[in-house]
Amino acid sequence: MTYLIDRRLQGKNKSAVNRERFLRRYKAQIKDAVGRAIKGRSITDVENGEKVSIPVKDVNEPRFGHAHGGVWETVNPGNTEYQKGDQINRPRGGGGGAGRGRAGNSEQTTEDDFIFELSREEFMNYFFEDLELPNMVKTQLTQVVEYKNQRAGYNISGTPSNIHVLRSLRGALGRRIAVGGPSRKQLTALEHQLRDLREQGAEDDDPLVIELKHKIHHLHTRLLAIPFIDPIDLRYSNRIKIPKPSTAAVMFCVMDVSGSMDESRKDTAKRFFILLYLFLKRVYERIDVVFIRHHTAAAEVDENEFFHSRESGGTVVSSALHLLNKVISERYSNGDWNSYVAQASDGDNWDNDSVLCKQLLTSAIMPKVQYYTYVEITDGPPQNLWEQYAEVAATHQNFAMQKIVTPADIYPVFRELFKKQPK
Amino acid sequence: MPRDPNNPRALPEQSEWTFDLIEQAHEEIRRVARKFGLDTYPNQLEIITAEQMMDAYTSVGMPVSYNHWSFGKHFLTTEKSYKRGQMGLAYEIVINSNPCIAYLMEENSLTMQALVIAHAAYGHNSFFKGNYLFRTWTDADAIVDYMVFAKNYIAECEQRHGIDAVEELLDSCHALQNYGVDRYKRPAKLSVAQEAARQKEREEYMQSQVNELWRTLPRREEQVRDQAPARFPPEPEENLLYFIEKYAPLLEPWQRELVRITRKISQYFYPQRQTQVMNEGWATFWHYTILQELYKEGIVGDGFMLEFLQSHTNVVYQPPATSPYYSGINPYALGFAMMTDIKRICEDPTDEDRAWFPDIAGSDWIKTLDFAMRNFKDESFIAQYLSPKLIREFHFFAVLDDDRSDKLTISAIHDEAGYRYVRQQLADQYNLGNREPNIQVWQVNTRDDRALTLRHTQFQRRPLNQQAHEVLKHVARLWGFDVRLETVDPSGRVVSSLECRREKRARY
Repeated sequence: MTYLIDRRLQGKNKSAVNRERFLRRYKAQIKDAVGRAIKGRSITDVENGEKVSIPVKDVNEPRFGHAHGGVWETVNPGNTEYQKGDQINRPRGGGGGAGRGRAGNSEQTTEDDFIFELSREEFMNYFFEDLELPNMVKTQLTQVVEYKNQRAGYNISGTPSNIHVLRSLRGALGRRIAVGGPSRKQLTALEHQLRDLREQGAEDDDPLVIELKHKIHHLHTRLLAIPFIDPIDLRYSNRIKIPKPSTAAVMFCVMDVSGSMDESRKDTAKRFFILLYLFLKRVYERIDVVFIRHHTAAAEVDENEFFHSRESGGTVVSSALHLLNKVISERYSNGDWNSYVAQASDGDNWDNDSVLCKQLLTSAIMPKVQYYTYVEITDGPPQNLWEQYAEVAATHQNFAMQKIVTPADIYPVFRELFKKQPK
Repeated sequence: MPRDPNNPRALPEQSEWTFDLIEQAHEEIRRVARKFGLDTYPNQLEIITAEQMMDAYTSVGMPVSYNHWSFGKHFLTTEKSYKRGQMGLAYEIVINSNPCIAYLMEENSLTMQALVIAHAAYGHNSFFKGNYLFRTWTDADAIVDYMVFAKNYIAECEQRHGIDAVEELLDSCHALQNYGVDRYKRPAKLSVAQEAARQKEREEYMQSQVNELWRTLPRREEQVRDQAPARFPPEPEENLLYFIEKYAPLLEPWQRELVRITRKISQYFYPQRQTQVMNEGWATFWHYTILQELYKEGIVGDGFMLEFLQSHTNVVYQPPATSPYYSGINPYALGFAMMTDIKRICEDPTDEDRAWFPDIAGSDWIKTLDFAMRNFKDESFIAQYLSPKLIREFHFFAVLDDDRSDKLTISAIHDEAGYRYVRQQLADQYNLGNREPNIQVWQVNTRDDRALTLRHTQFQRRPLNQQAHEVLKHVARLWGFDVRLETVDPSGRVVSSLECRREKRARY
């Protein structure tokens, strides 16, 4: 008795539970790995799944076993040169030389990290978890909320306002030709006959002629009875909603790279930029990212340089704002662009420069940008830049500022931003 | 003979399989297998996808299994290397159950499906049914039911006691899984009906036994005759999980049941670990023989055979020790060569064979092979049947690695003087008792701190690996009190010891 069973349609994700158990157990390590991964990848690339590697000793399941030592005698195949009693040197390391038959017992074999892939959702979950976003915001970030109407060919049903005249008439014409075809053929044939009769000298009262005329008249009536336009000819423009954000945005990352911004601060700043980027990406179809870094002078740089080069010296924030203003007016001034600015700094600035910053913001920049976020990564007391910015925040709805110490503090900066986009 | 198109039973020359064609191929294979006298469980062939194959890998081929993170880890590894193309999936997985379940992957061609049917559904299947180890240790009728029972029971425990508590316990049990086996005792058969019915009873009974052992208020008459405490256990116990299940003082009934489940599963897989060479050799030999027979009858054609032979030769390739691909002896290669060689000795013995194998030279090969399959495990099979001819063909040589000498010594090669020595060494290499450290329960201090002492009896002065201390922590978690691991040399002298202390009465 034999059974042949097709199991292919049965669930294939039997291991999902076990996989989830694994992730659950190694949550801490995976979070570390996700953190490392974020450091290592570009802001615009943060959304993909990630290979995560955790040290193999952590995932190891210990078992009793032999270590190398004592006496091992092994039998191997493929002898080419040895005779009984030959002495040979021990092979070095884990290389596969002759006489090494202890695979699996030797502890010298180097072990790689345990590497596996996280899906995009899982990766983002770990990322957000770190930032302590409330769930509500997570759904907003992971959901596409805006739809765009787009043409998608023609349809045979729809509302009258969507009737496509050209298409409908073209259809009607086709139908008229098709339906009238046989009658028209007959008509031409009859007309030929009539002409022939006449040429042969037939009179109007000839019974044949009368019959032909009668038939011709009948066919004319029939052709005329074909409707000019019929409900089945109607074509409607078809429009579908496609879930695509509609316009373009530009995101400015402005960061102080003076000597006092160390690696960990830059890392925190990076997370801040990533979060803004992710949010914008949900809402906008196209996003340009502009990186501006500054110390006493500002420069537009690429991402790599932005995060990884070190500068020293003092800080003049207004230099960056000047550059920002210039870039906006030169490249992003037409109405298609929504500008967002994310600025990160440790709060240091030349004393008399902060006032200048405030003036620049209120007079030039704030009217042009959608939203301006400022984070001060410091645990010290506020300095003059903070005070001046606070005045800006008081007068502008779309200015958010926050002092943060750890990445977990980043979220409140965005709270306002999310509130302002009700959907 | 090439495929005979006039033969009504001939399989079409195509690589796409259909259900009808699989039925047809299976029918032919079954007929030929019967002709050779293969006795099998009924077959259940299941077509599955690659994803399902990965799932099956994860649960060691069992159709159901309980949930544990280590299976998830296994799955992630498989998935990763499969998706990157580093590794192909096995063509088949076969389960020692009644009916015998064999998985066929949908990606396989018709030829491969036929190969898999011959290999798994007739080769492995008849081995499961015939070999004495499987007959003794496993119960093919009950295993699937038992796995269902285990899965449900563990899921219930997770609900009741929390995933973490169950996971911790299973971690500890897994660490000792290789020591949850009775090596010498015959096991009692497991039956799902009895399992469920007697489980409650067993729980109560065991708890009462434990209480008896650990009772702190001695009875009066015992107090009177205050003699030296009896040694406990009276004899060393090799089955650590069994010992823990029965005697660990602090385990709760459900925890004992979990220990028992892992122990039973370990026991079920024990024969497979002991018969790798034989099992694969037997299955490979039969798929080769059966398909050759079909070719002779004209049922399959040249194209079929070429595809089959290409796959077959890949499977039985043995890289030499000097090759960068060498990773030990390929059980398929050795097993297939030995099975084929036994057939040769029966049918066409040389003088050398007559001298070495007087019993089987010239005998009926089907009977001889059947006998060999039924009554041996890898170790004894090699010791019994490895012929000088094969030792020469494999160019086997033995290397002695003694950490007391600076160099490795070639102790024997494939020559007249070395045949027996090489054969014995190779057989020892497959002795599980030598491959795994010999660790047994030695003593429990019943009167004082309840410490458990394990003894590792050294084999060839081999030390324990560095994980030993980690494993010991797991033992301590199960035992609930201090655990000591002594390493003794064969004369019984304690060479070294490891210890894992636990806080008194610390529960987890």
